[in-house]
Amino acid sequence: MSDIANNQDDFTRSAGRQLALFAALSVSGIALLMMGLSWASSLTGSGGVSEGVDPATGTVTLALREEPPQLDSTLSTDQVSGMVLGHVMEGLLRYDAHNHLAPGVAERWEVTDSGATFWLREDARWSDGQPVTADDFVFSWRRAVDPANASEYASIMFPIANAEAINQGEMDVDELGVRAVDDRTLVVDLERPVPYFDKLTAFSTYYPIREAFYRATKGRYAADADKLLYNGPFTITRWVHGAHVRMEKNPEYWNRERIQIQVLDFPYVTQDPNASLNLFKDGKIAYTTLTEENLTEALVQRWDLNRFMDGSVFYMEFNFREGRITRNLNLRKAIQAVLDPAELVYRVIKLPGYLPGESLFPIWLQGEVRPFRQEYPPPPRITDPERGRDYLEQARRELGLDEFPPLVLLTGDSPISNKQAEYYQETLNRELGLEVRIDRQIFKQRLAKMTAGDFDMVMAGWGPDFDDPLTFGDLFASWNLNNRGRYSNPELDSLVRVAQNTTDQRVRMEAFGEIQRILLENAVILPDYERGLVYVVDPQLKGMVRRVVGPDPDLTNVRIVEG
Amino acid sequence: MMWRYTVRRLIQGVITIWFIATATFVAMHNVPGDPLSSDKAVTAEIRANLEAKYGLDKPITTQYLIYMGNLLKGDFGISFTQKNREVNDIIREHFPVSATLGILAIVFAGLGGVLWGALTALYRNRLPDIVIMFLVILGISVPNFVFAALGQLGLVNVNDLLGFSLLPVAGWGTISHMLVPSMVLGLSTMAYLTRLMRSSMLEIVSSDYVRTAKAKGLPASRIFSRHELRNAILPVVTVLGPAIAAITTGGFVVELVFAIPGLGRYFVQAVQQLDYTVIMGTTVFYGAFLVLMVILVDLLYGFIDPRVRLE
Amino acid sequence: MAEISPTVHEPSPGAFEPLMGHQRTQALTRPSLSYWQDAWIRLKANRRALISLYIVIGLIGFTVAGPWLWTVDPAAQDLDQISQPPGADRRATLVERYRPWDGSSVLPLEPGLRLAAPPTTQAVRLQWDPMPGASGYRVYRNIFPIATGDALGLPLAETYAADGNRFEDRLDLQPRTYYYTVVALNDEGDQTPARETLDVEVTRVITIDDALSRGLVQPGSDPRVGDAVKLALHPLGTDYLGRDMLARLMYGARVSLFIGIAAPFLFVLFGVIYGSTAGFVGGHTDQVLMRFADFVIALPFLLFMILFKIAFGIGPGESGILPLVVSLVLLLWPGTARLVRGQILQVREEGYVNAARLLGARTNYLVMRHMIPNTMGVILVTLTFAVPSAIFTEAFLSFIGMGVAPPTPSWGSMCNEGLKTMLTYPHELIFPAALISITVLAFNLLGDGLRDALDAKMRSRE
Repeated sequence: MSDIANNQDDFTRSAGRQLALFAALSVSGIALLMMGLSWASSLTGSGGVSEGVDPATGTVTLALREEPPQLDSTLSTDQVSGMVLGHVMEGLLRYDAHNHLAPGVAERWEVTDSGATFWLREDARWSDGQPVTADDFVFSWRRAVDPANASEYASIMFPIANAEAINQGEMDVDELGVRAVDDRTLVVDLERPVPYFDKLTAFSTYYPIREAFYRATKGRYAADADKLLYNGPFTITRWVHGAHVRMEKNPEYWNRERIQIQVLDFPYVTQDPNASLNLFKDGKIAYTTLTEENLTEALVQRWDLNRFMDGSVFYMEFNFREGRITRNLNLRKAIQAVLDPAELVYRVIKLPGYLPGESLFPIWLQGEVRPFRQEYPPPPRITDPERGRDYLEQARRELGLDEFPPLVLLTGDSPISNKQAEYYQETLNRELGLEVRIDRQIFKQRLAKMTAGDFDMVMAGWGPDFDDPLTFGDLFASWNLNNRGRYSNPELDSLVRVAQNTTDQRVRMEAFGEIQRILLENAVILPDYERGLVYVVDPQLKGMVRRVVGPDPDLTNVRIVEG
Repeated sequence: MMWRYTVRRLIQGVITIWFIATATFVAMHNVPGDPLSSDKAVTAEIRANLEAKYGLDKPITTQYLIYMGNLLKGDFGISFTQKNREVNDIIREHFPVSATLGILAIVFAGLGGVLWGALTALYRNRLPDIVIMFLVILGISVPNFVFAALGQLGLVNVNDLLGFSLLPVAGWGTISHMLVPSMVLGLSTMAYLTRLMRSSMLEIVSSDYVRTAKAKGLPASRIFSRHELRNAILPVVTVLGPAIAAITTGGFVVELVFAIPGLGRYFVQAVQQLDYTVIMGTTVFYGAFLVLMVILVDLLYGFIDPRVRLE
Repeated sequence: MAEISPTVHEPSPGAFEPLMGHQRTQALTRPSLSYWQDAWIRLKANRRALISLYIVIGLIGFTVAGPWLWTVDPAAQDLDQISQPPGADRRATLVERYRPWDGSSVLPLEPGLRLAAPPTTQAVRLQWDPMPGASGYRVYRNIFPIATGDALGLPLAETYAADGNRFEDRLDLQPRTYYYTVVALNDEGDQTPARETLDVEVTRVITIDDALSRGLVQPGSDPRVGDAVKLALHPLGTDYLGRDMLARLMYGARVSLFIGIAAPFLFVLFGVIYGSTAGFVGGHTDQVLMRFADFVIALPFLLFMILFKIAFGIGPGESGILPLVVSLVLLLWPGTARLVRGQILQVREEGYVNAARLLGARTNYLVMRHMIPNTMGVILVTLTFAVPSAIFTEAFLSFIGMGVAPPTPSWGSMCNEGLKTMLTYPHELIFPAALISITVLAFNLLGDGLRDALDAKMRSRE
């Protein structure tokens, strides 16, 4: 018996030795394989691992939220592309570190009621050393309005004479009201007086493109790093799609003294807030935003936190199409009376950057002399469930309903809009007994449903395109295609026309004040919040600028402080 | 014989790919929503031009024929979200990443499964067996996104503890980037293979030919490697085909969590953006890849195990 | 044993009389066991499988009976108790409804940074004396005491000097100590060294209206400001909207187990019908049917799950469970179909089936007596193993945001939510993840046990 046991033990030991050998071979095999694969994948990845801030090489490393979808400035619409473009291109004008308008390619400019003239600086150059000329602007602006190019941002060019007609195919592209008098003088005819036209020229759609280079790329313009020509502070030196964007200081940039770092590296592309948090914690990136869930962790880490409001406004929009019960004023007022944006922000969203929504016009907008919201404070919104139920009773009588049908609340699929929809659903059910059906859709499907009017209420938001209240003010004009609820009010329409067609700031601001009053008193929209964010920056990095309009974050002014 | 079988399998494969392509096309064209919509509303003129660019203005049958024609040429079209990039470029750039991750995960899972499986069988009902089988149970029953998140968290804490970066917590490009993600990806497959290997070993240990070999007085090492291990591995090889499929598509989670620029993550993003051409291209490509893998594994099995005759 | 006597004796006449009625012949067999009885005995002998079976029964009980015993509405939001771990302190004090602050103070005016009202979870009202040269102030809040050079915590807001040197904090206040700092800003909005700090002990409060509407005070009693109440009990804590975790886990179990059981049941059923049709009919039909099944098997599973999910879409107010089940059924039936067809073909050629046929058994009899019992085991095992994979698929889809639509809870979507708060509130991840793991494990082990118990080949070996 013991003999058998002994045998068994021998067998086990011998087999164990063999397994150990097998394990050793496996590990070395895997190591070899990994080295091979690593060599192969250095072509598809970001390469070495560098620190978030590297004073020795003047490198700042960050993560991108997504692969920049479109770096052709005339076609680009999204924020990430806008951020990248803002670092490698420059328009006629730009915003400086204090968010004031500053000279860019143009050293001087003049805007009148009927037109504008820009005098370009002599030393503005493309990254291949050739000068940036007025023709480069004419070419790109024509492309932006050319219907064949189908730019989704063409409407931002509409202040220029004939732009709208060209975009609708009624006129030839050559008739756009912009011409190069000589290489360094650009003259623009305006369709109507536009007091903020100078601000528009800092926008990415207005960036220049050189025609000869564009033609040479044979339809692949901006598809790769070498298919782009740069005139901004940085150039893209490496672009591995979906994985890595590397920018280096542009030696041809006219204002190169301003740029104090050498390399701006984006070797990570991720939307996952936890991944960014972990990368920052590990010292691999110099900046990250924080979600509400990660705030406690940030406090534990004793980080210096910052907050920033990105300028966009979120609100609930009602459907005003025929047959929708949300056309009823009292129903909307009932809903208005029970939903409390303060509770939404303080109890549900819980991020310090957010501000409870009070108006369509966010607090950062300038009025005539003081901030717009100080000049025209919105009527206070009082949460009063009792009044809400009274309004609901009136609505019931007016609509001749025994029972309200379920209301469809269309919403996106982001975590915050989920929370918000669930919170609204429960509140409306508890306080008014209304049944709300959440219709959660991915971005494009939500847009399709918004356009088709397939909703009762929709959670919408709007970010500013330029620094003037009009970027929000015309949203609910009956002709505006972004007015997805088809709200139509002749009084509001005429106010929008007033604001569009005069340069008298007092008259314009009064009009916006009236628009604000109409929207809130008629409960056309229910403001939810103004979006903000909490972020943390590596203490060695100074001078990062946040922008409401334009590329954000702006790292052209950063410097590295060792410590 | 072998040739005829291979050719027949390949022809079947091509028809299968056609079926996958058609199913994808049908599913995709039933998706509600509109890939061309954007947050800034556009005029009818611009919309018409965009539709023309992607051929969405043509009747559905024409679209299908064009799609099939392009597919024959290996052309998946242009992405809807990255309007100057072709789907082919996207696949060419992102698939190698997923493949690298997948190959490593398979190797981890395969070698690990054989090793742990053999070990547990050897030490049946003793401490190593109990410990490993407990880990196997964890590996099988915990969703892999939990493992991925915990893995990343573990990395951060280890680096924090050491005071320097032992391994990067996310990203892609060097050996150090690959280690933890591929292990996480291979984990559940490894657990499955360990179980398989263990039961297969136990069956063989009590089989007649092993008993004969022992009775003949063959040295223990020879019995173990020649007879037990080798035969026990065979069932493991059979499930490698499905395992490859599971791992290549299961890479989504790991790629999302570890910020790895693979095709899986790209697919998830494309779905959220309703990027028709990328979704269709990726699905057909993966389908074709899997069909090919299954054929390859079948052929390989024929070589390894002479008892299997290819009909 | 009948005895055989060695002696020869004369037969009596009675010995030749026929036996009356049945005389029991000796029984040489064990009591005859039906297939299922036998399987049950084997299963009972397998301790792990048996425990798993009890767990599965328990889970189903949790799902079905749970909501009867724990009658808390899983959708009810308790905004006073957001993300509370199990066993959190529930004491609170009654207060009036919130009223906007007019800037006045009900507390003595001390110099420097001070409170203007008792700090509660409703609001913390801070006032301070103007700091020299400040054009504005930034207010920070921390949960750790602030030492020199330390981070100041959450930046809550910036105020202008013109706003009256006060700030009201209402952001997610918990009953704990907070450390507030007010920093003076210069004209450019940059921080100056001038700052003051204040420790604030926040007490938990609830408004009288809320306490009444949630039944925290006895109806009829006359609740007054300052009375102590206990907030609602949440044995497993609450989630990010203050919803009861236990109730949500029970409802989530309904969703997850429904998907986990209904989908496999349906696709196995379809697979059985499809496979047995192919197996019985044979010939060309079989070829065509099985070729089609091969095609469907070749579809990349997860990609098509996602594709089908978006193709079916989820309408307003729908939970998205149905599209998920339909997608699973559409993609997974061929596996079972193949298996069943194989079994049928095998059984059809068995000797006992041929024997039965020769004896004149009809098709119906063959199906009922031989085909079904002999394939049932395989089907049952497939079914058991399909449950965990369906539950995993749902969890995976929830993880990438393609799962059931909120507010419908499922274990997968709860896990996904819990992952985000993993560091701060681990209970939101641990409970649903543990339930998924236990369920998956139980079904796996039960499947193992069933396979061993039902394997017809094993019956002969003993």
